[in-house]
Amino acid sequence: MGDAEIIPIGTRGRPGRGAGTQPSSAARSLAPGARRKPRAAEPEPVEPKAAAAETPDDAAPEAAAPEPAAPLLGAVGSPVAGPAAPEPAERPAVRTHDRGPYAHIPAAELLAALQGAARELFGEEWEIQLARFLAFLRRRLTGEYAVDEYGFDAEMTQQLFMTALRPIAQRWFRIDVRGVENIPTTGGALVVSNHSGTVPIDGLMTMVSIHDHTGRFLRPLGADLVFRMPVVSALARKGGATLACAEDAERMLSGGELVGVWPEGFKGIGKPYSQRYKLQRFGRGGFVSAALRTGVPIVPLSVVGAEEIYPLVGNIPSLARLLGVPYIPITPTFPLLGPLGLVPLPSKWLMEFGEPIRTDEYDAGAADDPMLVFNVTDQVRETIQQTLYSLLMQRESVFR
Amino acid sequence: MGRVVLVTGVSRDLGRSVARSLAGAPGIGRVIGVDVVPPRGDVGDVSFVRADIRTPVIAKIIAKEDVDTVVHMSVIATPGPGSNRNAMKELNVIGTMQLLAACQRAESVRHLVVKSTTTVYGASNRDPAMFTEDMEPRRAPRTGYAKDVAEIEGYVRGFGRRRPDVRVTMLRCANVIGPHVDSPITSYFRLPVVPTVLGYDARLQFLHEDDLHGVLQHAVQHDVAGTFNVAGGGVLMLSQALRRLQRPSVSLPGPAVGRLGSVLKSARLADFSPEQLAFLTYGRGVDTTRMRTVLGYEPRFDTAAAFADFARLLPVTGGRTERALARVAEALPDPSTPSLAEARHG
Repeated sequence: MGDAEIIPIGTRGRPGRGAGTQPSSAARSLAPGARRKPRAAEPEPVEPKAAAAETPDDAAPEAAAPEPAAPLLGAVGSPVAGPAAPEPAERPAVRTHDRGPYAHIPAAELLAALQGAARELFGEEWEIQLARFLAFLRRRLTGEYAVDEYGFDAEMTQQLFMTALRPIAQRWFRIDVRGVENIPTTGGALVVSNHSGTVPIDGLMTMVSIHDHTGRFLRPLGADLVFRMPVVSALARKGGATLACAEDAERMLSGGELVGVWPEGFKGIGKPYSQRYKLQRFGRGGFVSAALRTGVPIVPLSVVGAEEIYPLVGNIPSLARLLGVPYIPITPTFPLLGPLGLVPLPSKWLMEFGEPIRTDEYDAGAADDPMLVFNVTDQVRETIQQTLYSLLMQRESVFR
Repeated sequence: MGRVVLVTGVSRDLGRSVARSLAGAPGIGRVIGVDVVPPRGDVGDVSFVRADIRTPVIAKIIAKEDVDTVVHMSVIATPGPGSNRNAMKELNVIGTMQLLAACQRAESVRHLVVKSTTTVYGASNRDPAMFTEDMEPRRAPRTGYAKDVAEIEGYVRGFGRRRPDVRVTMLRCANVIGPHVDSPITSYFRLPVVPTVLGYDARLQFLHEDDLHGVLQHAVQHDVAGTFNVAGGGVLMLSQALRRLQRPSVSLPGPAVGRLGSVLKSARLADFSPEQLAFLTYGRGVDTTRMRTVLGYEPRFDTAAAFADFARLLPVTGGRTERALARVAEALPDPSTPSLAEARHG
């Protein structure tokens, strides 16, 4: 600490204050002929190595040592014209010549730089990796990939959608996934989840979480509005979604797919923030009849955290009617901050898959028994609601 | 003594080629082709009779020739040159009514095969992914070809009720495609720059022209009644199909594509009826399980192969990026070879 008094900060020589007689030392060092660090040029290249070899404590006095000599030299040379005499002897004349941005860079060096960059990007075996990437790109460009009958593009989903969504799931929402063992590893199953968050981001997060934990693709069932909206409709089909109707649900389930359904629909995602974590009506129980008909298990999923990403505090019903959408959300940030308001709040998410509810033990005509369908629907709904409460108790706060 | 088959609508290419392929099929004695105008090409062994199916003349032909099988191909999607929508509707609907009335009177008729189309299912955002034969369109068609076909199917069902002794087979065929097919969908894909609807990607299914011949012949020869979806296996997305064609496409908002379509239509370059615009927006898929299990027909070409066969003869107008990438890829090692790290692991 004592050293601080010895080393003058930013001054070399007399601490001129710009009193009028002489320019300040700071001004002198800025002047064109000023000799800053006259001898520092010699020790400097050596010094870092020496400092690296020694302990940092020793390095500090070392660096301070040449300092007292500097003011003497600085004082000899008069501020403006003085240094001109000793200087030319020490330093050769500086020649500058114009150079185009890429002129005189040898092609070999450019190639080496490119190879270095490729190595950085793709690792040591960059040639193979780059060739693979090119093959992927060419496959996309020539259309030589396969889609299934619902328009699901597995390659695109895996390479693009999942890669883009993964950091959001892991870093932004820090999703804590529990009960993955309840998802069957093979065969059809129906994942039933609560729905919240103004924009159905919870569906995307469920898709990426299930894929990362089990390796299976979740095939979401979407409302017809999804397939009416441009861009969204094309992406939804490529990502594996299909229309939420009995025919498609049963077709997918009997085809052995893992199907995701959000029976609350727009009632769930479009509910005001004050009603968060209160499950809405579960549709007409169509998902239960589909599961009963195909005999697949129902896996209840409770998602905590999605309610807080866009707290819905208002709605513009007249504009919504005009545009033909269920609601136009107003959140504390959305129309106010413009596009910035579209960034979801980084709430902490918990996802818990409950124990599968078996449906293969009922009789053949069970799907046509409305009372049984309502009972199973209520059972699923109650399970999700109770799990939501217990997850909320476990969560420290909204953002942690 | 083989069967006597009457084929309507032989002036069009599909009708003519079907009649020709039926004439060469085993077990079929005679094929009579009927249409208002003579066929444009060679009809081979088919005996052509110039008759209008919109008039009772058709009943006389059926009676005189002792026809036992009627193949109704005269359901047209576009009004031909020098014709308009009213004439098309009259040919489709009135023609079918007259033909069925004639068949109802004729004792000799034992089989009726109708070539329908999957257009009856419509195309909308509320469609299920795959239509089975017993599904109804989500929105009943109000105009155009789809409405014609829906009415025709209604008349055919009525005929089936009135003549339960006649075996009625209705084939709902997906869009027929092939190097020789000239239809709204093939003229669309033949455009040098293909307009698509911005933000939508339709699922498409195709039926190869050879498979259309095959399935009609199969339906004539095998006594299987009912309605069947007929399409090649698998699905192509519209964007994927255009990439396989290596044709540049331009995405426009839906209404703009419709307007461009009417311009192209008046220039006779392509036909963009409203139902085709809906089809290119939302696409359509049909389930062909019954075709395979009940009808017992397996198409030789799946959707991708049928499309590839169609694309074979089309000149490439795009694909510059792909060719540039291909040149880069040549300089790189084969991506299918396992990398060093993988080789060490394995």
